[in-house]
Amino acid sequence: MNQLTELFAPNLNNYIILCSILFTIGVVGVLIRKNIIIIFMSVELMLNAINLLLTAFSVHHGDSSGQVFVFFIMAVAAAEITVGLAILVMIYRNTGSVSIDSLRNLKW
Amino acid sequence: MTELTWLIPLLPLIGFLILGIGNKYLTKSVASTIACATILGSFLIVLSILFPLINGTLANTTISYFDWINTGSVHLSFSFLLDPLSITMMTIITGVGFLIHVYSAGYMSHDEGMTRYFAFLNLFVFSMLLLVMGSNYIVLFAGWEGVGFCSYMLIGFWYKNQNYNDAAKKAFIMNRIGDLGFLLGMLLIFQTFGSLDYATVFTTTSSIESNSSVIIAITLLLFVGAMGKSAQIPLYTWLPDAMAGPTPVSALIHAATMVTAGIYMVVRSNVLFSLAPFTLEFIQIIGLATALFAATIGLVQNDIKKVLAYSTVSQLGYMFFALGLGAYSTALFHVLTHAFFKALLFLCAGSVIHAMSGEQDIRNMGGLAKKLPITFYTFLIATLAISGIPPFAGFFSKDEILAHAFEHSPLLWGLGLAGALMTTFYMFRLLFLTFFGSFRGTEHQKNHLHESPLSMTIPLMVLAVLSTIGGFIGIPEVMGGGNWLKKFISPVLGGTAEVHTLSHETEWLLMGLSVGAVLLVIAIAYIIYVSKKTVPLTEGVETSVAQKTLYHKYYIDEIYDTIVVKPSYLLSNMLHQLVESKLIDGFVNGMGTAVNKTSAAIRFVQDGSISYYLFAMVVGIIMLLFFNTVI
Amino acid sequence: METALLIALPFVSGLLTLMFNDGKAKMVALLFSLCTLVNAIYLACNFCTCTVWHYELNMPWLTSLGINFSVGMDGISLMLVLLTTALVPLIILSSFQREITNAKSFYCLILLMEAALIGVFTARDAFLFYIFWELALIPIYFICLIWGGENKNKITFKFFLYTLAGSLLMLLAIILLYINNPARTFAIDQLYTVGASLDFGTQAFVFWSFFLAFAIKMPIFPFHTWQPDTYTTAPTQGTMLLSGIMLKMGIYGVIRWLYPMVPDAFSFYAHYAIILSVVGIIYASFIALKQNNLKTMIAYVSIAHVGLIAAGAFIGNLESLQGVVIQMFSHGINVVGLFFIVQIVFERTGTYDMSVLGGIRSKAPLFTTCFIMILLSSVALPLTGGFIGEFLLFVGIFKYHSIIAAVAGLTIILGAAYMLNAFQKVMLGEANTNTSDFKDLVLTEKLVLIPIIALIIWIGVYPQPFLNISEPAVKALIEVASKTSALNH
Repeated sequence: MNQLTELFAPNLNNYIILCSILFTIGVVGVLIRKNIIIIFMSVELMLNAINLLLTAFSVHHGDSSGQVFVFFIMAVAAAEITVGLAILVMIYRNTGSVSIDSLRNLKW
Repeated sequence: MTELTWLIPLLPLIGFLILGIGNKYLTKSVASTIACATILGSFLIVLSILFPLINGTLANTTISYFDWINTGSVHLSFSFLLDPLSITMMTIITGVGFLIHVYSAGYMSHDEGMTRYFAFLNLFVFSMLLLVMGSNYIVLFAGWEGVGFCSYMLIGFWYKNQNYNDAAKKAFIMNRIGDLGFLLGMLLIFQTFGSLDYATVFTTTSSIESNSSVIIAITLLLFVGAMGKSAQIPLYTWLPDAMAGPTPVSALIHAATMVTAGIYMVVRSNVLFSLAPFTLEFIQIIGLATALFAATIGLVQNDIKKVLAYSTVSQLGYMFFALGLGAYSTALFHVLTHAFFKALLFLCAGSVIHAMSGEQDIRNMGGLAKKLPITFYTFLIATLAISGIPPFAGFFSKDEILAHAFEHSPLLWGLGLAGALMTTFYMFRLLFLTFFGSFRGTEHQKNHLHESPLSMTIPLMVLAVLSTIGGFIGIPEVMGGGNWLKKFISPVLGGTAEVHTLSHETEWLLMGLSVGAVLLVIAIAYIIYVSKKTVPLTEGVETSVAQKTLYHKYYIDEIYDTIVVKPSYLLSNMLHQLVESKLIDGFVNGMGTAVNKTSAAIRFVQDGSISYYLFAMVVGIIMLLFFNTVI
Repeated sequence: METALLIALPFVSGLLTLMFNDGKAKMVALLFSLCTLVNAIYLACNFCTCTVWHYELNMPWLTSLGINFSVGMDGISLMLVLLTTALVPLIILSSFQREITNAKSFYCLILLMEAALIGVFTARDAFLFYIFWELALIPIYFICLIWGGENKNKITFKFFLYTLAGSLLMLLAIILLYINNPARTFAIDQLYTVGASLDFGTQAFVFWSFFLAFAIKMPIFPFHTWQPDTYTTAPTQGTMLLSGIMLKMGIYGVIRWLYPMVPDAFSFYAHYAIILSVVGIIYASFIALKQNNLKTMIAYVSIAHVGLIAAGAFIGNLESLQGVVIQMFSHGINVVGLFFIVQIVFERTGTYDMSVLGGIRSKAPLFTTCFIMILLSSVALPLTGGFIGEFLLFVGIFKYHSIIAAVAGLTIILGAAYMLNAFQKVMLGEANTNTSDFKDLVLTEKLVLIPIIALIIWIGVYPQPFLNISEPAVKALIEVASKTSALNH
């Protein structure tokens, strides 16, 4: 029991592993999915992985500035997703699809 | 006495400005009056200085007006020098210049550009006075270039004719070749002596060894300048072409004054030249070669002005020959007498051309003696003078040159005499063909024949008198004259006054020989052209090779064209099309093209697909992290 | 302080010009530029030879980087400021016969350009110098781009990139000097000492970087290929600015920023620069011989003339530098006159092609007189402006090396050849259909040409006032160069 508690206790290593897994899922999602909405969600996943990590470290060090950054990131992410979704809507109106392959014009 | 010196060049300049600015508003008579009056004014001031200088009441003076260029080691003042040499030249320039101005008033009276003509003639007199009056080389150079420019404007006076413009351009460019030599010579003088003032340069020559390379370089470069200005081989071809200008211009600029600037300059620098016997010998050769070469061409020319032009080249060669012999005052003496009789010859030619309504070919003349008596007699006097018949002016100066030549070697004397005989021959050929025999022109010309107005004939008569008595200022010792001119000039010549070593008997013998030979040649010319009535063949008739070569002036113009002008243009084209646009600009543009090409090539790396970009980004980050930890 | 005002005046007036409508803009611009000229002349009159530097202003600007707004004038600067302020009104006046679209921007740009040019000639701080140097490029770029002739986009682009590339290297050199300066400032006097104390390799780098920037600006052979095209395509006023004033930036740079800055590298490498300059003289003269486009020909003539000035600047003895200063002045006046002549011909006949011109002399005597005067000055006939500088330059060059002087002297012959060729083709002969109704000069044209000719004669006959202005400055410069050079050894 004691061993089990220790194993699942919120120690820092576990948080790091969890965040790495979440982040990697996010990266892979961005790389392999075609749907822009999914890609967005994957990006959010990555951001949240980082947020989690920041919070964990903040608690670990007893320094609240990490959590301040989390709020900051959340605010920026919200703004970003607004702009991103607006772009997405425009893309959909113009191309009729939300597939990433419909965007091949980003070149000179 | 010298307070008015500054007015001497300034008066013609003022004349130029009035005529130039008031071009539109002045009538012809006002314009010619202003032009003549300014020159007359200068002439009178010159005389007011000349006599005190002769009396000895006035010593040589340098009058400094203002600092012209004064910076660093360069101290050049705008200053004039009054001494026997400059005053002699000033007298010739303003005196003969005035006569030619008066003559021009008649000669150019039908030309609409008369005001412009007088403006430039005045400017010419101004520049020429600057040239001889300057007390340093830089003022001389200012005048030197100024006369070149006036010569350009006056040769191309009738600018609607592009052939005349070509002649003018040629004259200016050929002069400029000489000017470059002169400029470099001047710079070398400045380098060596630290000054361009005559007074300083000529008194600091003691450190210079005779025939050292510096002095040879200086004198040769100066002589190159003289070659251009005074039309010596190889830079002489512009002078015959310069006859495109109005005839009084040929008389003033291309016979009496400007072309003798080179001789003036050498006489002025005699101290330097005497230190360089090598250069003197070179000048001797060039002078004699020019004298003979031009004389042979003169033998077969049919244009009245061309004959006179080649005669001028030949006489200038003579003067340089004298300079090369070290006989500076003799050369100056010949400049003086030549100014009289050659100006007279040109003015007579002008009178003839005027009477013949512009005809210049002597094959279409003949028998003009009766119609143009004054012109005929004055022309005769001038011809006798140039041929060296005593007691006319040319005899004394020419004889002195020959005597000096004999001193050096009898061979030089022989060659000099040959030149003189050729001169006599072509001059009498000209005289006989023009004034003797029967008229060969058109009916229209015949009816139009008339003696020129007084304004033209008076200068002719004055010059005729001068051509007759002008030689008396230099009667040699052997005739009991004591050569006044030589004594007058001798202070300028420093220690290099030439001494006769010939015995009196030899001198008399030489004179007798040359006069006899000249008379013989006149007789021959008389037989050919008057008794036998030979007339030169018309164009296109086959003649012997020698004659053809002479007639085409040894094809020198064509040769210059082939070896200088055409290659220059070729080089110009080549530089522009090959080096400029292909090589240099090709390289510059090539850099731009290279950047363009490279970017065109690597832009395909970015195919525009976002997923690919994202992939690249992730790989990039991973690699960054990787290298950050590993290295 | 006065210098700063002199820079500010055209700058402010340029902006003010924008507030007027297109019709009034030219008069306003002319008045403003005349004010600047009066100001400059006033400063010149109060200029005494007691000290070298006058009207200085040293104000902290970006203190953290040690950058100061430091301006002032010595004789050399003053001569160039006088040139700039005298030419700009003439250039503005020369455009009065032209129809210019969007005129107020045009004149605004000219005035801004004037401010930048005065700044270049008076800056005493390397950073400030660089700022003004680049600032001068912007107005002229737009002038060429907007009001230029055929093919303007490509040619202006090339001009801009070419000159920019050169000045970028100069920036590198300035930064290099700066980081070697223990005091961490850009002040010119300190940089002189810094430059002289560098080891030879670094000095060489600084030398060539500066050289490239200046050589492209002047331009010296073989960095000149942007110039003929740009001069031909630019509107004539732009060409006048480029050839009359802007090219002097390069020469000024050499004598102010290069010669005293790295004395060792200078004395070692100047020889190559001189040879390039002299080659350029001959090269450009030969090309000018066969040009058929009048404007292009004058462009090549300008390269040839500048080659001689550049050679004098790289020789750097008292005579040659004095020659450089006076020749910069008279070349500026001359070349503006020549391009104005070209413009008059073009406006009346619609062509630059010399082979279809001719016979103008008989139609326009006054114009002919002006052309001849300017032509004489550009072939350096004594008693015209061109001669004084050319003579002093030849004295300097001859002191340096007699053979180089002889080769450079060929310009005397070639200059006569190409100028007279052009004069003959354009002016002489019979009038043809292009030139048969050629009108003589109108009032505004006279107002441009008469001051030019007056200056040509003034400099030619009595150059002493000008020589006196610049002599102490040149001497001081030579002293600095020899002192810093001695420090090192």
